[in-house]
Amino acid sequence: MAIAHEFQYEKPATLAEAFALLTRHGRRAKILAGATDLAVQLKEGVVTPECLVDVKGLSELDPLEKRDGRLVIGANVTFSQLAESALVRGEIPMLAESALTVASVGVRNRATIAGNICSAVPSLDAGPVLLVYDAVVVVAGERGRREIPITEWFLGPRKTALLEDELVVAIELPLPQKRHRGVYVKLGRYRGEDLAQVGVGVLVTGDDEYKVAFNAVGPKPVRSANLEALLRGKKLDDALLAQARAAVPGEITPITDIRASREYRVHMAQVMLERALRAAVALLAGASVDVEHLI
Amino acid sequence: MKKISYKLNGEVRHLHVEPNDVLLDVLRDKLGVKSPKCGCDRGDCGACAVFLNGKSVRSCLVLAIECDGMEIETVEGLGQNGLTALQEKFIELNSFQCGYCAPGVTISATELLRKNPNPTLHEVKEAISGNLCRCTGYAPILDAVLEVAAKGGEHGKL
Ligand SMILES: Cc1cc2nc3c(=O)[nH]c(=O)nc-3n(C[C@H](O)[C@H](O)[C@H](O)COP(=O)(O)OP(=O)(O)OC[C@H]3O[C@@H](n4cnc5c(N)ncnc54)[C@H](O)[C@@H]3O)c2cc1C
Ligand code: FES
Ligand code: FES
Repeated sequence: MAIAHEFQYEKPATLAEAFALLTRHGRRAKILAGATDLAVQLKEGVVTPECLVDVKGLSELDPLEKRDGRLVIGANVTFSQLAESALVRGEIPMLAESALTVASVGVRNRATIAGNICSAVPSLDAGPVLLVYDAVVVVAGERGRREIPITEWFLGPRKTALLEDELVVAIELPLPQKRHRGVYVKLGRYRGEDLAQVGVGVLVTGDDEYKVAFNAVGPKPVRSANLEALLRGKKLDDALLAQARAAVPGEITPITDIRASREYRVHMAQVMLERALRAAVALLAGASVDVEHLI
Repeated sequence: MKKISYKLNGEVRHLHVEPNDVLLDVLRDKLGVKSPKCGCDRGDCGACAVFLNGKSVRSCLVLAIECDGMEIETVEGLGQNGLTALQEKFIELNSFQCGYCAPGVTISATELLRKNPNPTLHEVKEAISGNLCRCTGYAPILDAVLEVAAKGGEHGKL
């Protein structure tokens, strides 16, 4: 099917040119990354920009590297790159594992993690890992550069803290100093294409600090301060897990939609939190765990 | 209209496109390359898969204008010097029925074997999990990929 709406296409070679285009077109400009979200929206007529700004020619958006104690993920980095990168697998295996839960190879080869967080749909698979690692979104425009903590990034479905004359340059994850292991569990109906019905991400450190985040069970991906406080400093045992499970319904606000009912989502969030926590603790202790098949 | 060029299956092709032209439509309707199919038109089914600079992509979700100067390879290109070992195996095992999914599956499985000549069953399933087949139940497709993988020497032809 053709795209009915007509627009202008620009592929700037420098950040300055890209910023100028954003300033000139404002809300009527759309940034084009892997197009796996945008092309669908253009076909459906949900967005009708006057100008598409293709950022894939901007080499400033390409890096995937360690810099000053942070993992720097340029906005052009795709989920396939994250899944295959030895650096990512070594430093933050959860990030590579989360990347592999996104769609299929043919989508991941183009889809960027920056595009993922800019799409800001409630089910986005990058949400939990970025939340538990306290990621920072680096944005820039003609008026300068700012860093937005990921907890302040998501404002609601398809709404982010990005201003209309800015673009995402990179996502940066501070590398924890302590021994740590994160785990993401995604419930979908089948492999290959499906968006999350429920997603749970946890991060456990060697000194029993826990971070917990959910996606697809509320208008935006969220961290759970209450669950983290409940778990902090304690060894994971059956009694503690029972308390954690019982606290889950108060921490999430799922809806019933075409993909799952509210009740099913709440139940699965409890089951998945327990499995994610157990898996992270086991991995930290050196056990081998098949993280792909926790659910 | 903008004038652009692709290296399509080894041959440089010049063409005019509008910014809102989709790669799948341009390949089929302007360039006469009919192996990529339109199944869902929204990234779900994999029938439109082609190689863009060596990586499989959903051509229904790519703008034609984005690919200016890039290399595109389709099933027509894979078979240029005779069928690949994988294609021959698909025929031998009668892996497809209606065949609508075949070009997309061939692209995905070829990409896997180029990167990983000895995949496990799990890896093959993962590689083609984005290719929907309504006819076969997938078993004869998986068998073919695994049999070709097991036969070391033929990888050169992929
Ligand atoms: C078949 C299919 C399956 C999918 N499955 C999943 C899944 O399992 N999990 C999941 O989370 N998502 C899934 N998605 C959604 C989509 O693939 C992801 O959200 C993807 O990461 C989007 O990235 P992109 O590079 O393709 O972005 P694009 O489509 O190019 O852009 C998406 C949005 O972000 C904006 N944007 C992109 N880059 C920037 C930037 N640098 N600065 C500012 N704004 C920017 C664009 O303007 C646009 O509004 C799926 C999509 C399809 C088609
Ligand atoms: S037609 Fe492109 S994925 Fe279905
Ligand atoms: S053989 Fe008919 S869809 Fe696969």
